[in-house]
Amino acid sequence: MIFGTEELAHLEMVGTIVHQLTKNASIEEIEAAGLGAYYTDHGVDVYPQSAAGMPFSASVLACKGDAIANLQEDLAAEQKARATYEKLIDLCRDNPDVVDPLKFLREREIVHFQRFGEALRGVQDKLAEKKFYMNCDNMNTNMYK
Amino acid sequence: MQEEDNRNCGCMYNMMNTNYTSNSNNDMSDCECDKFNQTREEMMERIKCLNFAIIELGLYLDTHVDDERAICLHRKYCKEYRELTDKYQKIYGPLTIHFPCNKWRWIEEPWPWERGNF
Ligand SMILES: [Fe+2]
Repeated sequence: MIFGTEELAHLEMVGTIVHQLTKNASIEEIEAAGLGAYYTDHGVDVYPQSAAGMPFSASVLACKGDAIANLQEDLAAEQKARATYEKLIDLCRDNPDVVDPLKFLREREIVHFQRFGEALRGVQDKLAEKKFYMNCDNMNTNMYK
Repeated sequence: MQEEDNRNCGCMYNMMNTNYTSNSNNDMSDCECDKFNQTREEMMERIKCLNFAIIELGLYLDTHVDDERAICLHRKYCKEYRELTDKYQKIYGPLTIHFPCNKWRWIEEPWPWERGNF
């Protein structure tokens, strides 16, 4: 939950960067930046879509009802986010005002990965613990026989 | 200042130092702002630092629930955060809508994406 809240704040940061970069841009600048198609669909509003134009969809998320599967999914998501930020940093290398917040966001994904990794280890340790089962009904019956 | 504070609350060293080697700006002990004569920008900067540290300690504590040093730092930062946000809001208006005010000042300030909030 706490990670989800932070990720939504990151979405706001990325949206803010897009908003500030496109604000007051002329139509020529928008076209030259390859944003003609985006401008046609959304103007300069911030629309949640991938770099390739795929709108955000919950289908990119997974909840399996299984702690191990869910945590592995989370770990993979953090790495995908880190890799995305690194590619954006490469593309924006000449603009420190953009690179600095992206570096911060990249660092957060690494911290999240670390914490999810610890959670996964905790779950695995728990599952590996020796179990013993007691059947209380039987025990009571036997005791009072 | 920081060392003294840590000793007062039983923490012998600052956890932030062990977790962040890459960026010394994240090190709370670097903050040397005068607590009693802070500008608005300095107050806001400190509030943001504290907020970040509290969230970060929260994530850490979720998987290290028995770490006394982290709990101690969390308590210390929460106390300072509460005092400072209270002081800030009384002077400059609400930081969140959970702060009551007689006049609705929430929409007066520019939003972060309008380059508000410094
Ligand atoms: Fe993340």
